[in-house]
Amino acid sequence: MSRRDKKEDEDSGFQNLDKTTLLQEARYFNSTPVIPRKCIHILTKILYLLNQGEKLTTQEATDIFFATTKLFQSKDVVLRRLVYLTIKELSPMAQDVIIVTSSLTKDMTGKEDLYRAAAIRALCTITDSTMLQAIERYMKQAIVDTNPAVSSAALVSALHLSATVPDLVRRWVMEAQGVITSDNAMVSYHALAVVAGARRNDRLSTVKLVTKLARTPLRSSYAICLLIRYAAKLAEEDQTDASEPYVEFIESCLRHKSEIVVYEAAHAIVNLRKSARDLAQAVSVLQIFCGSSKATMRLAGARTLAKLTAKHPNAVAACAVDLENLISDPNRSVATLAVTTLLATGAESSIDRLMKQISSFMSEISDEFKIVVVRAIRRLCSKYPRKHQSLASFLAGMLRDEGGLQYKTAIADAIIALVEENPDAKETGLAHLCEFIEDCEHASLAVRILHILGREGPKARQPSRYIRYIYNRVILESGPVRAAAVSAVARFGAARPELLPNISVLLARCQLDDDDEVRDRAIYYSAILDSGDAQLINDYIINVPIPNPVLLERALQDYLNSDADLSEPFNLATVPTMAEETQEPKEAPVEIESRAPIVSREEQYADQIKVIPGIEKLGPIFKTCESIDLTEPETEYRVQCVKHIFARHLVLQFECLNTLSDQLLEKVHIRLEAAPGYKMLIEVPCEQLPYDKQGSVFCVLEFPENPIETLGTFGATLEFVVRDCDPTTGLPDSGEGYADTYPLEEIEVSCAEQFRTRAASDDWEATWERAASAEEACDTFGLSQSDVGEAAKAVCEHLGLPKGAISGDAVKEIRGGGVWRGGTPVLVRARLVMAGGAVTMQLTARSPREDIATLLLAAVG
Amino acid sequence: MGGLFSYFRGLLGAREMRILILGLDGAGKTTILYKLQVGEVVTTIPTIGFNVEQVTYKNLKFQVWDLGGQTSIRPYWRCYYGNTDAIIYVVDSADRDRIGISKDELVHMLREEELANAILVVLANKQDMAGCLTVAEVHQALGLDALRDRTFQIFKTSAVRGEGLDQAMDWLSNALQARK
Repeated sequence: MSRRDKKEDEDSGFQNLDKTTLLQEARYFNSTPVIPRKCIHILTKILYLLNQGEKLTTQEATDIFFATTKLFQSKDVVLRRLVYLTIKELSPMAQDVIIVTSSLTKDMTGKEDLYRAAAIRALCTITDSTMLQAIERYMKQAIVDTNPAVSSAALVSALHLSATVPDLVRRWVMEAQGVITSDNAMVSYHALAVVAGARRNDRLSTVKLVTKLARTPLRSSYAICLLIRYAAKLAEEDQTDASEPYVEFIESCLRHKSEIVVYEAAHAIVNLRKSARDLAQAVSVLQIFCGSSKATMRLAGARTLAKLTAKHPNAVAACAVDLENLISDPNRSVATLAVTTLLATGAESSIDRLMKQISSFMSEISDEFKIVVVRAIRRLCSKYPRKHQSLASFLAGMLRDEGGLQYKTAIADAIIALVEENPDAKETGLAHLCEFIEDCEHASLAVRILHILGREGPKARQPSRYIRYIYNRVILESGPVRAAAVSAVARFGAARPELLPNISVLLARCQLDDDDEVRDRAIYYSAILDSGDAQLINDYIINVPIPNPVLLERALQDYLNSDADLSEPFNLATVPTMAEETQEPKEAPVEIESRAPIVSREEQYADQIKVIPGIEKLGPIFKTCESIDLTEPETEYRVQCVKHIFARHLVLQFECLNTLSDQLLEKVHIRLEAAPGYKMLIEVPCEQLPYDKQGSVFCVLEFPENPIETLGTFGATLEFVVRDCDPTTGLPDSGEGYADTYPLEEIEVSCAEQFRTRAASDDWEATWERAASAEEACDTFGLSQSDVGEAAKAVCEHLGLPKGAISGDAVKEIRGGGVWRGGTPVLVRARLVMAGGAVTMQLTARSPREDIATLLLAAVG
Repeated sequence: MGGLFSYFRGLLGAREMRILILGLDGAGKTTILYKLQVGEVVTTIPTIGFNVEQVTYKNLKFQVWDLGGQTSIRPYWRCYYGNTDAIIYVVDSADRDRIGISKDELVHMLREEELANAILVVLANKQDMAGCLTVAEVHQALGLDALRDRTFQIFKTSAVRGEGLDQAMDWLSNALQARK
């Protein structure tokens, strides 16, 4: 029979399954009696199709679902279990799935053990919160069932349900607590997860749970691992000595007989944020892992050590011998981790040898690990700039190999970073990039590299050699790449006047291109370059501000949708530019996870402030400031204030959080004592503030006309109506409630908040000179700091300039520029000097508007 | 192996009869199903959905579907009408208030084309309760007089006492075999 089965499978094949035919076949389930084997085959096909991502309409899913319910007539065990699986798959798509409640309840309490666990899982996926109460009794029984599979299934289902009906699941904690000490490893583990999950928001009882269980050794190693994680979390949250017992518990687990527990403990200790007293023990455990005969253990050891290099390179350096042994590991992932860790911790002298090792197996590892290697090399480049020659040629070699876009991007990133950081490596790096775009199949990457060439190339000693590479792209590549090449060429023309005649010829040729974008750009750049106007060339070719694309799109949409007259042109200067790259150098030397994209604050809040009526009339948002706490942490109500700056308006967003579970706040609003000159326009109160749900109150104010008057402080009080409520359900008691107030700290509006600043660009000097004709304000200040460096940092902070704006040694000079809300540009220069034990600063501001220049000085003084 | 058995049984004929037990909630459908299957009165809870069991009566095999009677579940009855050989319609004889609703549901159901050839057995259940309607009164209240073109019979039963079920099943077995 089995042979026949096999043959039939091959014949029917799962390759060309068709949804429509399958829907027809499922009708067979309606006949009486059914042949189980045939049904099994059809169900398998349905499940296969669903797992391939096939979408069913609600009607189709419901049809299949009801047909499947007919299969409860069969007693065939295999078929019944497939029915459960199908029910689970269909339950989010089909309607009226509760129709199988009784049948599943019967199976979960019945005699057939093979049904029970699976029936529980299916039942918990089809029930909604209203039906759950009907099955609650059975769930409680199942949790304490002697059959571990049944108990585990009930516990895991409870975990899933706690996401939607936490209150109900909390009632099962008693039962779950009883089975934490179960002999079965899985039951104990799952029970702990349920119990701890129910107490997630209650630190005190979590503390109790962990303390109690740490003393009574659990038999299940999985449960201990989970317990270690909870203990580590508690230790992490509490930086005082009170967390000592948790650390001690974790350390005691290093001596456990189960490897998984030992690893979990070592991993937890290594990852504790506070400086561990004794890393040595954990490290030596990982060291032993590195010498294990099992590949998984070696990987775990190497990977954790690799992560540790960022924080404690010395501790890892001690394991050098063990890691050396892993370089030739047959498992290439282990070898890669070992080599990259050694590269990060080792001395400069060992680099060449290690690089040679890597190159020997580079072709054998997956892209993911290749990226790890690339990142390691990138860090080496910044650590040992002198090694750039060999590192860059290694990277270039990798660029030539086969690889996916992500891998190539990582390499290009590394070379670009090298070019930007290390002046000595610039020429070689650019040459490698040029060579790469000659044969680059990824248009997006080619465009990026062309942009870099356009930016860095003109500064090189022999810029003309890059032009040939770039112009080759114009001849050979697709539209987007050609367009990028045109832009890059134009930048050479703008920055190097001696090349301008040649560039003009190239651009003229590009004006004959088939592609609209390429032609447009060529004509645009030719016109600007031909004008010979240095200011124009600078503003439109060399230093073009790049607006944040998301905000630009939003601003344009608002502009098109607004009632305002469209004859007034859109003002690009009001859109925030791309955030300056202020990222700290990446800490972790080995990082496999990819990071979430960085979202600017403006984007985060943009949707929230949409609730304010008439917000679109204020124009595009200029800047969103970092949120400020207006209350002490851990008070009854937490309020944070976020300032949204618009061209002429200030929106204060008060993010309120009610931390009292027995209170429901209503009609929450802010009584604001506005600083003089400000005009309060509207307030959007928060109608309801339930426990632990953040709500926002908005106040819209108009800035005073005179910029000087904008500096000031606002007094604020939170006003609301309290209604007592049941802490478990969150439903308020009857009755009106009573009014109450809560004092908040004052809100200060400073000068930096109304500026969008950035550090000086390369040609700051020229810009400053060009602005000589603008209004200028200048004054000299005595500063309280006794150190020039400190003083300079303080001034930067005050003006909202990045630290990168500071230059010079004895005489510190701060150069910066920015845009005032509404789009007026401002340039500032501060010179700080040490004189007679005190720091003196001369501050100069230039801006087309004198009042704004004066404001900057007033803000410092 | 189970698959193999039922496979052969399917080939050898002796098809299982497919029977639906319907009626309002609380009429005693689930109790009757398990009384027939295991011969005992089991504790039941309101059926959300259905129960399906194989019942053997005098060497005849029945596949009995007991569908929940709550208002919210009645609309799904029709999903299970196909291939039905007989319907056992259970009435709570003590529930005078809802006998009208019971009648409406019955009439509505009998209009379904899929059930045109199904044999109908009406059980006037809960005859052990004081003050219940008699069989004749149930017959009257359900409007069975007006029933044409349908093999049907009404029985008085008490599922908890096990009374009347045997007669009903005897009649049903004979009727089903006679029809073949």
